[in-house]
Amino acid sequence: MKGMKKTTKDHLITFGLVIAVYIIVQLLITTGHMSSLMQGLLVPVCTYSIVAIGLNLCVGYLGELSIGHAGFMCVGAFSGGLISKLLSETVTNGILLFVIALAAGTLMAALFGFLIGIPVLRLRGDYLAIVTLAFGEIIKNIINVLYIGKDGRGFHFSLSTPVELEEDGLWLINGAKGIAKISRLSSFTIGVILILICLFVVYNLVNSRSGRAIMAIRDNRISAESVGINITKYKLMAFTISAAIAGAGGVLYAHNLSTVTATPANFGYNMSIMILVFVVLGGIGSFRGSIIAAAIMTLLPELLRGLYDYRMLIYSIVLIVMMLFNWSPKIKDWREAHSLKGRLGKKTAKEAE
Amino acid sequence: MAVLEVKNLGISFGGLRAVDGVTVAIEKGELYGLIGPNGAGKTTIFNLLTGVYRPTDGTIFLDGENITGKKTTYINKAGIARTFQNIRLFHALSVLDNVKVGLHNGHSYSTLSGILRLPQYHRTEREMDEKAMELLKVFDLDGEAGLLASNLPYGKQRKLEIARALATGPKLLLLDEPAAGMNPNETQELMKTIRFVRDTFDMTILLIEHDMKLVSGICEKLSVLNFGQILAQGETSAVLNDPEVIKAYLGE
Repeated sequence: MKGMKKTTKDHLITFGLVIAVYIIVQLLITTGHMSSLMQGLLVPVCTYSIVAIGLNLCVGYLGELSIGHAGFMCVGAFSGGLISKLLSETVTNGILLFVIALAAGTLMAALFGFLIGIPVLRLRGDYLAIVTLAFGEIIKNIINVLYIGKDGRGFHFSLSTPVELEEDGLWLINGAKGIAKISRLSSFTIGVILILICLFVVYNLVNSRSGRAIMAIRDNRISAESVGINITKYKLMAFTISAAIAGAGGVLYAHNLSTVTATPANFGYNMSIMILVFVVLGGIGSFRGSIIAAAIMTLLPELLRGLYDYRMLIYSIVLIVMMLFNWSPKIKDWREAHSLKGRLGKKTAKEAE
Repeated sequence: MAVLEVKNLGISFGGLRAVDGVTVAIEKGELYGLIGPNGAGKTTIFNLLTGVYRPTDGTIFLDGENITGKKTTYINKAGIARTFQNIRLFHALSVLDNVKVGLHNGHSYSTLSGILRLPQYHRTEREMDEKAMELLKVFDLDGEAGLLASNLPYGKQRKLEIARALATGPKLLLLDEPAAGMNPNETQELMKTIRFVRDTFDMTILLIEHDMKLVSGICEKLSVLNFGQILAQGETSAVLNDPEVIKAYLGE
C-alpha cells in the first residue's frame, strides 16, 4: 500500500514540474525575457517530449528497442495534416480542427503500430530494432511518392506519378513537396496539455493490470506465459499505444509548420535516434526524465548560439555528462544520498520510528 | 477421477528420446514426487505438461480435459501452474506486483478502465491487493511486499515463485526443485510450507527434487525417471527400497 502511494506522489511531482515550467515560460514570454528564437523552440520541445514518452513506453516498459518511431510520428503528422487541410474550410474553430486532426493522426499511427507490430514483435532484440528501422524508412519513402489531390471530379490518389488536376484542383499531399499550407494550430499551451494527457495515459497504463502484464513480459517472458499472460496481446497493445503517442507528437509537429515534408532530417533515422537519445539520457523507464532530456537537448544548441563553432562540442560534452550523471553507479549512489527525495524519505522513516 | 492423467507421454529431440512412454496418474490432494538422475527428463516432463514443448506422442488429461499440445497460456488457465528450476521472477516488479501478475486472469478489468481509473479499476485493484497480501502472508512475505523481487534473499524468492503460481488458482501445482540451493533449515521450513499449501488450498502437487530428505519426508507417492523412462513408481517407501532405484539413482 505504501509503495502505491509513493508512485502516485512521484507522478504528481512530474505533473507539477510540467505545469510549473509552463507557468515560468509564460511569465518569461509576457515580461519579454524570452527571445523569439527560443519561443520558436517551445513547440518542438513539446513534440519531442511526447514522442520520447511514447518511445519510453516501448523501450522501458515493453523492453523492446524501436528505432523507427520517427515513422509513426510521420504517419501522425501526415494524416493529421491531411485531415486539417481537408476540413479547414468546413471547421472554422481552430481548437476543434486540431482535436479532429489529433484524433485522426493518433488513430492512424496506432493502426500502423498495430499492423507493423504483428510481424515485428515476433522478433527480439537487435533484429527487432533493425526491422523497426526499416519500417520507419519505408513509411517516410512511401509518403515521398504519395500524391493525393482533390478537384471537381473528386479525389485522386497516386503512388509515383502525379495525376493532372483540374484548374480548381488542390494537392493535399504532393509527393516530396509534402503538405503545404497547413493551418498553424499548434501552440505551447496545446503542446503542454498534450504532454499532460500523454503522461496521464502512460502513468495510468503502467500502473494497471495491463501495465503489469507488459512489464512481466519484459522481465521474464517464459514465466509470464506460465502464469497465463497473453504475450502477443500485451506486446501489441504496448507497441500500438507507443506508436499512437508518437503519432500525436507528429500531429503537433505538423501544425507547427506551414509545410510538412518527409525528409531524412525530420522523419528519418536521425530523428528516431535523437528521440532514443532523449529516452536513454532521461533514464529508460522514466517519463519525467524523457521530458527533461528532450527539453535540455533541444534548447541547448540555441542557448549556446553565442559560442558559434564550439556549440556542438559543448552539446556533446553535456550529452556525456548527462549520461554519466544518470548511469554511473557511484554518481547514482551520490544522488541517492543527497537527493531531496532521499532526505524527505529518511525524515519520514525517522518519524515512523 | 485423477487430477492429472498422463498416458504414454513421449518426446523426441531429433534422434534423442528425451521422454518415453511415461504413464502417471495423480489423485486430487496428493503430494507426488518425480525423482531421477540429472538428464533423466524430469524438467522435460514439466515442460510437456505446461505446453512449453509439444509431445510427439501420448496424451495429457487435466481433470478430464485433454490438454495435449495446448499452449502454455491456455494450460495455465485450465489449471496447471509451475515454478522454475532457475528462479524466474519478474525481477523489476515489487513482490506484491509479482503475485498480482499471477492474479491477472482471475481478476479482470479493461485496459481503458485502467487508464481512465474507472470505479471498476479501484474495486478490482483493491480485491487483488487483498488477495495478494493473503497469499504473501501464507509464505511469510507480507513484510517485504513493497520490495523489488530481485532484492529478496534466495529462499524467499523461491517462496515468492510458489505464491505467484498459486495466485493463478491452479488445480495442479508443479514445483521444479523447490529446495535447490537451500540450507537444511530452509528446506525444513519449505517442507512445512508445501504441506501447509496442500492442506489449506486443497492442492495437488507434483514436485521434482534431489533432496531425498524432502522427498521421503513429504511425498506420498513417487515416480523414478531414468533415461526418459519410468523406472519405478508407487508408494514412497516401496519405491525408495526398490533395488533397481537404488542401483540407478540412490547408490548402494
